[in-house]
Amino acid sequence: MRTMELRLNVNGSAQRWTIAPGELLLDVLRRQGYFGVKRGCEKGECGACTVLVNGRAVNSCLMFAAQAEGAHVLTIEGLAEGEKLHPIQEAFLDHGAVQCGFCTPGMALSAKALLDRCPHPTDAQVREAMAGNLCRCTGYLKPVEAVLAAASGMAKPPRKRRAKAEVTR
Amino acid sequence: MQAFEYANPATLPDALGLLASEWGPTDVLAGGTDLLSLMKEYLHTPKRVVNIKGIKELAGIQKTGAGLRIGALVTMDEIATNAEIRNEYKSLADAAAGIPSPQIRHMGTAGGDLCQRPRCWYYRQGFGLLATKDGQPLVPDGENKYHAIFGGGPAYFVSASSLGPALIALGASVKLVSAKGSRDVPAAKFFVIPKDERTREIALRPNEILTEILVPGAATKSATYEVRQKEALDWPLAVAAVALRMNGATVTSAKVVLGHVAPIPWEAAAAGKLLAGKTITAATAEAAGKAAVEGAQPLSQNAYKTQLAKVAVKRALLDAVKARA
Repeated sequence: MRTMELRLNVNGSAQRWTIAPGELLLDVLRRQGYFGVKRGCEKGECGACTVLVNGRAVNSCLMFAAQAEGAHVLTIEGLAEGEKLHPIQEAFLDHGAVQCGFCTPGMALSAKALLDRCPHPTDAQVREAMAGNLCRCTGYLKPVEAVLAAASGMAKPPRKRRAKAEVTR
Repeated sequence: MQAFEYANPATLPDALGLLASEWGPTDVLAGGTDLLSLMKEYLHTPKRVVNIKGIKELAGIQKTGAGLRIGALVTMDEIATNAEIRNEYKSLADAAAGIPSPQIRHMGTAGGDLCQRPRCWYYRQGFGLLATKDGQPLVPDGENKYHAIFGGGPAYFVSASSLGPALIALGASVKLVSAKGSRDVPAAKFFVIPKDERTREIALRPNEILTEILVPGAATKSATYEVRQKEALDWPLAVAAVALRMNGATVTSAKVVLGHVAPIPWEAAAAGKLLAGKTITAATAEAAGKAAVEGAQPLSQNAYKTQLAKVAVKRALLDAVKARA
């Protein structure tokens, strides 16, 4: 098998890896232990494999690792600073925006890419930025709320429990 | 995926020197969103992949004396957010912004949008551009919900290009470069209805690279309207791109081009003709929509597209005159 050298920066550390030309960025990152990069549809439809390449959200399943030569890649493992979670991660926890968790790394990274460019987004801008990240558990309301809260710096907004809908037959 | 050699040329001549003179052995890689899908399905099995992302002259959007130059490597996100394009060539910004997800818009390039292969599910399952089995066409009696209502076969796939309809309406051209020279091809001639499996659906030759898009000066109002089943992660069902030259409120000339209804972006000449000399009102926009779909030949499952295309034309026209000139 032909191999080639790949130099890139992942989560702030310079890396030099040996890869095959046909390997996906998704596969190479997982082989190197970045398991927060999730393998979902592998067709660019679900966004579970989202990473930031030079600050932009991309699907790592639709990208050869070789295309990341010289790039700065951010995976979910690079979002927290040691034990200290990123405000987006805190907000996801506070808002119950995580259910099974499979889509969460991609969602958090799409949110990070948005907030880096647009620190005070509208609801519509958040929804647009997260449009490439599918959740199959529950939905998008809580993640959207979490991102808006992270943006406004409210770690724990007062949040009333919703009254249960009355069921009448 | 079949193993291949990865070439990373830094200049256009180097890249051109690496391309084969026939389709198959080599493929050009830019954003990769389509090529990787094709390679994963073994629809493309190149021996060499030529990454053109490192060729600096293929990047960037520039205003020129003649209009606008969009480099082949410009991403769909750049087109959707570029202020000049949003203000002066709204139909292009509309078309790029309509692309399903931020991830795809960040990766996908203008050149790739024009050169991508059809999304027809028969093609993607290996039945070829004309979707045949044992010489028999599969589409007319098959699952043709998302197929063509214009063109009349033997190809029934729909052109997947997002920018194509808007570029044709604006009278744009593309520059195709080979080691021997370059040629400018009008966007309207770039898309081709293949008559057999040896023909590509675009005018690009295997040893050429699409280097840039040239859009003439914008004395026009334009818009693109897409009808989709849902807001995220889907292909449009029908698209209309319109470009209007105006004298005050009066249309002096109009181009109406439909997308996702034929193997090429489909120019609705009758609709354009009908609008000349008129003002855009709800009534004239509706009449243009009606004229645009005249002669449609829906298949067994896609008659609904006729109605959607009609409405898309009307809404695109009303949107175009709302936009600033």
